[in-house]
Amino acid sequence: MPKGLVYVILSVSILVAGIVSVGLGAVHIPASEVFLLIMHKVGIYNMPQVNEQHNVIIFIVRLPRLLLAILVGAALGISGAAIQGIFRNPLAEPGLIGISAGATLMAVAIIGLEATLLTGLSNIFGYYLLAFGAFVGAGITALLIYQISRHNGKPNVATMLLAGIAINALAGALTGLITYLASEQQLRNITFWMLGSLGGATWQTVATLVPFVLIPVILLPASGKALNAFALGEMQAGHLGLDVNRTKRRVILLSTMAVGAAVSLTGIINFMGLLVPHIIRLMMGVDNKHVIPASALLGALTLIIADMISRTLIAPIELPIGVITALIGAPVFLYILIRDKRKLSLN
Amino acid sequence: MLTINNITYQVGQVKLLKDISFSIKPGEMVAILGSNGAGKSTLLKILSGTNKPEGGTVSLHGRLLNDYTPVELAHQRTVLTQQNVVSLPFLVKEIVLMGRYPHYQHTPSAKDEHIVQTVMEATGVQTFAERSYLTLSGGEQQRVQLARALAQVWEQPHALLLMDEPIAGMDILYQQQTLAILRSMAQKKFIVVSILHDMNLAAQYADRIIMMKRGRKWYDGTPAEILNPKSIYEIFEIEADVFTNPSTLKQIIMPHEIVFEQSKTPLTH
Repeated sequence: MPKGLVYVILSVSILVAGIVSVGLGAVHIPASEVFLLIMHKVGIYNMPQVNEQHNVIIFIVRLPRLLLAILVGAALGISGAAIQGIFRNPLAEPGLIGISAGATLMAVAIIGLEATLLTGLSNIFGYYLLAFGAFVGAGITALLIYQISRHNGKPNVATMLLAGIAINALAGALTGLITYLASEQQLRNITFWMLGSLGGATWQTVATLVPFVLIPVILLPASGKALNAFALGEMQAGHLGLDVNRTKRRVILLSTMAVGAAVSLTGIINFMGLLVPHIIRLMMGVDNKHVIPASALLGALTLIIADMISRTLIAPIELPIGVITALIGAPVFLYILIRDKRKLSLN
Repeated sequence: MLTINNITYQVGQVKLLKDISFSIKPGEMVAILGSNGAGKSTLLKILSGTNKPEGGTVSLHGRLLNDYTPVELAHQRTVLTQQNVVSLPFLVKEIVLMGRYPHYQHTPSAKDEHIVQTVMEATGVQTFAERSYLTLSGGEQQRVQLARALAQVWEQPHALLLMDEPIAGMDILYQQQTLAILRSMAQKKFIVVSILHDMNLAAQYADRIIMMKRGRKWYDGTPAEILNPKSIYEIFEIEADVFTNPSTLKQIIMPHEIVFEQSKTPLTH
């Protein structure tokens, strides 16, 4: 498929799915009205009479939720693609290899300390602290896994996945420990937070997430060429004049920034980082110059659609969005495992 | 000119390279021979700047390797390593283009594209330029990696070509063709250093042979000067006859047959 066309299709689909998604729910609002209301709000079009109820539903509830889906989806898609580039492995997924669990642990630890240090997480500073803490947790875990999974300068797939299991278990246990020791108020905060999902979307959470997602989305595509060279091997990338350590630091920093902040606001949404780059590679090849930015777009689109399904499948009950992404993502993971079985065992 | 002086290198307590010195002029094709573990690949890593020597200096064109920035060095020397595992199904032409990465920021220039085409034709990989690297046979993959390595310095005479067993896994035709390409690069004033295992091919294509054993340089000279039964026995511990091809005047090495004898004493009691 021509690469330009893929970008166009993805962008248009995000727009259409976004407008449809905002209309869906207990109160159904037609897509045309959604479109006109938004145009009215930004002042492009003057609507003769505004349905106040619809206005409130869209701008207080559904639009922040849509924007959160877009930001988190873009964050998970782009960080998945970038982390796979650095780990030289299409199975490196932030959730599977423990990066998200590291972010969770830090976030829960912050909530655990919060009662004594801060006044409340409801203020914007609390969100930033949470997002930043999760970013630090994700970054530390990523570096740890990276070091563990390397042998003689080469990454080892099996070790990476096994280390991921161990880190997930360890971070999970520590998270459980903090939860167990937490006071009632903290516990309420933690539980509310761990339920995650996009349900907690407000303009505040959206505003918190914007810099954490925008910076990686703008800066990561510039590492595409370097990540291609990485596919040849670290030593070979060095022979091409690449500062290998600088690339590694830059990519791990930027991608854990996105994934950490996303996890801190919505909880762990598994398999997105695996599924999205995989589909992009099938559509437009493996050149990271395109896989990285396109993964941000497809990530956003996927999460909008997954959110729509999670809200409507057994309405009025809302399914956790992670259930939907895992339902699609886990089989893809298995497929890659089976396809690459021979190659993986050689490592 | 590539000059190395008193290079030593050790990992832990093990000395991998001991006091190696030589210099190689542009236009020379040098084959490095030696048994497994003699330090050939380690030496190549020192020459490429991948590993820093414990002692001694490496300089290229009169300038210490340490004084080059990574990109400057990438313009002046290229490396083909022994094992090349590519992690994603890149297309062959994409891999060859990676050789031009040090030369452009975002978009390859017309010159870069032209070099990629030329090199792919020279190495015979243009027929599968659009195929995924992962679907190729071992020998074909090796040729693609060779093409990438050549593309990196193709228009840069006097550049250094470091090849670690460049013909491993190739069929006989491509072994010859690859060495012929390297030979022609040397004629264009490149500095070519290649680790080889086949003494006959080394005798045929190299201007000069450096023989290594236990981390030291043992022999250094033209094939005619140093390929003889005595040196071959010293380096490889095999008996061999050395003839001279009357028409080409190149050496032909015929190792003696070795008869494997079952150990008479049992290994375990």
